[in-house]
Amino acid sequence: MTAQEGSQGVAKAATQRSDEDRSVPLWRRPFTWLIVLVGLAFALLPAWGDNVQLRESLLLAAVYITLASSLNIILGYTGYVNFGNIVFFGLGGYICLYLVSEWLWPLAAAALIAGISVSLLALIFGLGILRLRGAFFALATIGVNEAVKAFVSNFEPWGGATGIYLSLEVYEPLGGPRQALWTVYFLIVAVMTASLFLSYLIKTSKFGLGLLAIGENEDAAAVLGVHTPLYKALAYSVSAFLPAIVGGLFFFKTGIIEPGGAFDLTRSIETIVMVMLGGLGTVTGAALGAFLYEELRGVLLTTEAFSHFQLVIAGLLLLVIVLFAPGGLMGFIYRRWPRMRRLLE
Amino acid sequence: MIGVVASIIDGVLVGAVYGLAAMGLTLIWGVMNVINLTHGAMIVLGMFALYFLASALGLPPYGAVPVTIVIGFVVGVLVYWIAVHRVIGRAHLMSLLSTFAMNMVLIGLGTALFSTSPYNVPVPLPGITWRGYTFTGTHVVAAVLALLIAGLLYLLLYRTRIGKAIRAVADNREAAELNGIPTTQVLSFAFGLGVALASVSGTLIATLFPFTVLSGGAYELKSFVVTVLGGLGNPAGALMGGVALGLIEGVATPFMPVSWTPIIEFVLFVAVLILFPRGIFAFARS
Amino acid sequence: MTALLEVTGISKRFVGLQAVHDLSLAVHDGEILGLIGPNGAGKSTVFNLINGVYPPDRGRIAFKGEDITGKPPYRIARYGLARAHQIVQPLAGMTVLENCTVGACFGRENLPLGRAQHVVREAAEIVGLTDRLDHPAGQLTTGGKKRLELARALSARPELLLLDEVLAGLNPTEIERMITVIRRIRDRGIAILMIEHVMRAVMSLSDRIVVLNLGSKLAEGTPRLVANNPEVIAAYLGEPDPTAASVDVLR
Repeated sequence: MTAQEGSQGVAKAATQRSDEDRSVPLWRRPFTWLIVLVGLAFALLPAWGDNVQLRESLLLAAVYITLASSLNIILGYTGYVNFGNIVFFGLGGYICLYLVSEWLWPLAAAALIAGISVSLLALIFGLGILRLRGAFFALATIGVNEAVKAFVSNFEPWGGATGIYLSLEVYEPLGGPRQALWTVYFLIVAVMTASLFLSYLIKTSKFGLGLLAIGENEDAAAVLGVHTPLYKALAYSVSAFLPAIVGGLFFFKTGIIEPGGAFDLTRSIETIVMVMLGGLGTVTGAALGAFLYEELRGVLLTTEAFSHFQLVIAGLLLLVIVLFAPGGLMGFIYRRWPRMRRLLE
Repeated sequence: MIGVVASIIDGVLVGAVYGLAAMGLTLIWGVMNVINLTHGAMIVLGMFALYFLASALGLPPYGAVPVTIVIGFVVGVLVYWIAVHRVIGRAHLMSLLSTFAMNMVLIGLGTALFSTSPYNVPVPLPGITWRGYTFTGTHVVAAVLALLIAGLLYLLLYRTRIGKAIRAVADNREAAELNGIPTTQVLSFAFGLGVALASVSGTLIATLFPFTVLSGGAYELKSFVVTVLGGLGNPAGALMGGVALGLIEGVATPFMPVSWTPIIEFVLFVAVLILFPRGIFAFARS
Repeated sequence: MTALLEVTGISKRFVGLQAVHDLSLAVHDGEILGLIGPNGAGKSTVFNLINGVYPPDRGRIAFKGEDITGKPPYRIARYGLARAHQIVQPLAGMTVLENCTVGACFGRENLPLGRAQHVVREAAEIVGLTDRLDHPAGQLTTGGKKRLELARALSARPELLLLDEVLAGLNPTEIERMITVIRRIRDRGIAILMIEHVMRAVMSLSDRIVVLNLGSKLAEGTPRLVANNPEVIAAYLGEPDPTAASVDVLR
């Protein structure tokens, strides 16, 4: 048993920090500024030079970073495997696009409402399925994704199996298609930055402490006074919010949404691989893992042969990580350079 | 009315095979507290084993059954050593992810090799007519074989030394180790056994219906429903649960389109888990 | 005067076994009540019933006059009851400090993170873990883990502490140290209900003792009274391993 694992607890790369860190105000902590820096880099690099190719690449990365850092809240902190996490992304996309195309709402409002409604649904649903432990919860989340996909495929107001197509008019309020793409990009970067912040804030809060305790040993946490059913449901709900918003933004930019692409289980599992790759339970890890995996995927998919093997490669990667490096990249970094523990989260 | 009764009986027969598959899952869970998420892939393994042994090698279909048991066992032991051994002591999360990852790799490779086209192994058997009802021959044989194999499992678990060792390890691994039982070997044997059961049930299912590389998922869901109905770790309960599920399917199929089945089963799965976490039979006993 | 903890007529049955049968006991403010009995007497079950791990089939449990029967563990913690387990349950990936912070933040006082520090350091000092606050809990020695159980429970600032065989597996020096710690806890006005097999510890620490056998109360009284009770002696002599409870020590 290494320092990073408990016999019953989740293998986390870093839950050990002295309590001193938590009392320092947010704006004085170096990690806060690191997050701001990352956000600024994402925003400024493609803008300076009008680099559309870079923007597209970073956009995907930003989306995945949002998904991974949000997933980390339920998977990394609380230890519950949400195999079907992509359902938040897809549902958020659908709600946002429906509001924009049918009810002619402005994008920001539609995306926000999508986020709130998916979160609320997740809270209600979470109270139910989080009663299931371990594997059953994990499998139930797949079921949730498949059930929502099946429902949406048959739901005519949302285009059924064909989905929703956005007409070019919806981009007019944002200054036309070309300008809109930049605006949406900046919005996505903002959401990504927010997701890093949210995940960091939670980790250093009392709520996060309760979640981490649940992840270590749920029964012991309950005896210590952590309101486990409520906390788990809240974690599940919070982990739905930003993915739903970013889903709305992403599919708005893409212009179409259909059930297969919205509720793609492969993408869902890849998000898990990203979190594991980077380091379960760490904010930096989720971002790193998402970024690296996305780059890797980009390279592999251009090779004909590999596109067939996407699932196999993701599976092998996950297997290797779980078996030999459960702490992921951050686990490795923290072992090699212990001082990083104080700096990075 | 006759149609419904025949459907029910057919359902019960197929249910015996579901029960067999679920026994594999519940055995592994009961012995080592691991939920084998390669279960679906192992069922598919059995299906394709039948295809290749029967169609390519010309083996009589039911002759493939003992061969699949052996193949399944060997593959199971391999999967244990690759994906399970290292993560046994750790958080459940880890064994979940490792078996799931293994499943992804296997199904991914399978899709690359065999694509997602349907395969079929025709088994020409006459129907069995009794009192005006005709039962599909293959269903009857499959059910009989399933029960036979279940019976053999019972004998193995309760009348042999290795079976006793398995039960000891299932009860308390540390105590078994202290008593001189090589628990790691026993665990790998039990895992192999569980997978063998899954594979052979896949073989039997392949004699009944056409299949694809992706069929495993649906049967894995059925296995989970059955396991949960019968109570985790309870092989006899799994068999009964399988028959129960087969019964439910038999009752429902005349009245419902097939595409609804997975949704109904999923709802059943979640409902049973929430209402009867220890299985319906455990609930009934208390 | 109402007792701090009032247990009335609780029973619990598991499949085929009546683990606890019609048990009543009371713990008063500031006292140490020892709960002893041969193995399998049902002592841990009693603890599980009191702190909400599962509800009793029958009976009532009241804390400071309020009914807590069948409430979930996280609500009971808020009332001011804390427990140190027999089989230690450290939150292994977290440090000692973080473990205790959980206790402080989710216990009786429901403290915000900022104010937990002070309470945690105090609790660590009482049990003697101040030098190991930054150690990962999973890396402590058995003795250290046992002390962590205690420190974590104390961080919750309970009024009643349930100690479940905290001396098991400790060597004589560690036992002496732990006895001092327990006395220190009592001196702070915290009542203690303790399950223990180490007889000399129970006898010297307890104000009163309840003896359990096969799920029912066998005897109750001061240590001396209980030690001289022939039924109690007989129950322990029936033990397959009489050294589990030294009869001489009972005297």
